Amino acid sequence: MFSYTLKRLIQGVVTVWFIATATFIAMHAVPGNPLTGERLTNDRIRANLEARYGLDQPVFDQYLIYMGNMLRGDFGLSYTQENRRVNDIIREHFPVSATLGVLAVAFAAFGGIVWGALTALYRNRLPDAIIMLLVILAISVPSFVVAGLSQLAIVNLNVFFRAPILPVAGWGTIWHMLVPAMVLGLSTMAYMTRLMRSSMLEITHADFIRTAQAKGLSPTRIFLKHQLRNAVLPVVTVLGPAIAAITTGGFVVELVFAIPGLGRYFVQAVQQLDYTVIMGTTVFYGAFLVFMVIVVDIAYGLIDPRVSLQ
Amino acid sequence: MTGTKERRDALSRSAARQLLWLGAAGTLAFAGLLALLGWAASVTGGGAVAGDAIDFEAKAITTSIRSDAPQLDSSRSSDVTSNMILSHALEGLLRYDGHGGIEPGVAERWDVGTDSATFYLRDNARWSDGQPVTAHDFVFAWQTAVDPATASRYAFIFYFIKNAEAINNGEMDRSELGARAVSDRVLEVEYENPLTFFEKIVPFFTFSPIREDFYLSRNGRYGADAEDLLFNGPFKITRWVHGASIRLEKNPAYWNADAVKLNAIEFAYITNDASARLNLFQDGRAVDVDYLPAESLEPILKQRFPLGQFSDGSVWYLQINHRPGRPTSNYHLRRALQLVNDRDELVNKVLKMPSYKVARSFFPAWLKGEERSFIEEYPPRESTIDVAEARRELELAKRELGLDVISLVLLCDDLPVGVKLSEYLQGYLKRTLGLDIKVDRQIFGQRLEKAFAGDFDIALFGWSPDYDDPMTFADLLASWNLNNYGRYNNPELDEQVRIAQRSVDQRVRMQAFGRIQDILFDDAVILPFYERSVLYAQDQRLRGVIRQRLGPYLDYSKAYLVESP
Repeated sequence: MFSYTLKRLIQGVVTVWFIATATFIAMHAVPGNPLTGERLTNDRIRANLEARYGLDQPVFDQYLIYMGNMLRGDFGLSYTQENRRVNDIIREHFPVSATLGVLAVAFAAFGGIVWGALTALYRNRLPDAIIMLLVILAISVPSFVVAGLSQLAIVNLNVFFRAPILPVAGWGTIWHMLVPAMVLGLSTMAYMTRLMRSSMLEITHADFIRTAQAKGLSPTRIFLKHQLRNAVLPVVTVLGPAIAAITTGGFVVELVFAIPGLGRYFVQAVQQLDYTVIMGTTVFYGAFLVFMVIVVDIAYGLIDPRVSLQ
Repeated sequence: MTGTKERRDALSRSAARQLLWLGAAGTLAFAGLLALLGWAASVTGGGAVAGDAIDFEAKAITTSIRSDAPQLDSSRSSDVTSNMILSHALEGLLRYDGHGGIEPGVAERWDVGTDSATFYLRDNARWSDGQPVTAHDFVFAWQTAVDPATASRYAFIFYFIKNAEAINNGEMDRSELGARAVSDRVLEVEYENPLTFFEKIVPFFTFSPIREDFYLSRNGRYGADAEDLLFNGPFKITRWVHGASIRLEKNPAYWNADAVKLNAIEFAYITNDASARLNLFQDGRAVDVDYLPAESLEPILKQRFPLGQFSDGSVWYLQINHRPGRPTSNYHLRRALQLVNDRDELVNKVLKMPSYKVARSFFPAWLKGEERSFIEEYPPRESTIDVAEARRELELAKRELGLDVISLVLLCDDLPVGVKLSEYLQGYLKRTLGLDIKVDRQIFGQRLEKAFAGDFDIALFGWSPDYDDPMTFADLLASWNLNNYGRYNNPELDEQVRIAQRSVDQRVRMQAFGRIQDILFDDAVILPFYERSVLYAQDQRLRGVIRQRLGPYLDYSKAYLVESP
């Protein structure tokens, strides 16, 4: 158990180092640099800027300097928000994304399990068909459409009742989070519904269900105690990566609902080629994702006695 | 699971109890989660701030902005949001009056000549900590901006001042700058070359004062946060949560505080999603919304919100690559493109933005000449659409270039207008001239980098003015200007730019600009498309807001509220 965890953690560190290096190479391969702007009237101003940010040094030296700082936990200063440290950006904005993400994951997991179980229960009948149609819609409609439409729906709701029922955008209370969290968790919920449905159906034909039926247990009891509990295992597996993916922020949701989360900075940084913010957020996300996968693997071993940790 | 109906009767008591427990526990856990997350939301991202769009009692307004200020050190800022915020929080020697003119700021009178200028500062101008604003604060700010260590993007706007360019190049010490505090209240400025319009440059936000002792006390973090700033303008920044909100409150130390009617401005929402901002406006959360896209006009007109517009001063044009080896370096090809440049169709049928105007010249219609508008005094050449003639020119071009088929790379941005324009041009140029256009769509930074590198044949670009003189457009295509992406190099045009730069006779200068205008047409250097305006909607109970092309695009410092519109 201990040696397994240690081994996985070391692998994780190597993975993160690889992510960091690959990102560094990729972003320097893109034409331009973060200092590119419309008002660069002469070479001197450009050179002054490059000197200020150390971009006049060879790329490999920049890499060594950057990696050295990163080992000390310093992600450096943002290029586009010139006085802000990347550590501060992550520290101030990740909690916002994480708060929203937790609710989204709760929605996704709860909805996925309930809808999935229902579709399995009513297999090939009308509720199953309706829910599966909605699932396909939720997976295939892009989130900016869902986000835009749901925001418009809030406006119409408020207009209809002539009172602010729900805030249109912004941050600060639980009411601000409800709709964005549902939009953010929607596709994960749909994915989990499908997963739950198939794993429920698989179990319906398992021997131990037949045994339970033969024992004369009530269907509800069989459903709750034997089917649901066993069927939920695969869902737990995908929950880890899903938590990492959702809590690190939905760029679109944060943009449409004007939420000051980290997702916006992540995408903006790539658009503006803000080297330090790209590196900081990518390494942070990467490390978080790797960590969540390890946690789930370990938890899985604890939950399911058939899995041994070696 | 067949026969569910019969079996439902068999629901045992223990199973029912289990279901109930499960449901109760689930509900409780969910309620607990909501409470916890509600608390988390209130302590992250600055918590809840937004009220109604207008609060009459508090004399406060709430609105949205498209982007956060990257940082607010006025010597280094270069984006429109920072410009707008800083123009509320800081005041320079002179201000834009909102009608294309200037008015007194910290300077109560000024004496602007063609070789030097003297500014006399008012004695009641104060910083928010009570100390007086002095001439030294301006000298320090300007020296800081041209100091190469500061690496200001706007350092070039000081090049009109003696030695500024040499200091910026690292050839002289910053103390050599031609701006001197004769006393606390008198500032003298010496120019590098004779100049006729210095008073039109001084209101620019990079000329705002910075107090040396405060700047140094922040250890390089000046302007990083609200507490890292001092204010001498109509408002103070009292709260700045990065990426979330900016709050301005009336500055009681401001010398003209009586004229400031609003007590607070809350920029509570930061998003560049146009429909989100429109929704906030329609829901009464934001007092106004600007930069409305064409798609949002229909719903907004349907709900009878009055639309306003203001020119942002920019001209949008087809940048042509003149580098040798590029097909577009051939005059006949450029002339062919010019002969089919149907600006009416482009503006009225393709872009369909009611606020956009056909650009008759690279010099926009609002630029002033000697007495009237510049293009009235120096009418641009009439450009007629003649497809047959264009095809003849194209044949000439093909013969000279030795090509059977000409294909061009069109560089553009990924924003809605750029996408629409590039798709139109691609189809239109194929239809009229049989040209193959490869559209190269790039995000902001990459597009500029490709333009710098000359990795295009034609490109969509816009240019916005920095000051109120035709020179802000005229020197763009001079051979030494880095923003001359097509590397157009014409000694005759360069010569005219130099004449206009050196002369203090307005007639001579305007004639030079007129000559440049003719060269741009005769040599088909660029193809002007349209002059841009910004559409906005605003709560009618808010009055006196200034929206303008030079200076901050938005100014609430003279705005006031009326109970019934």
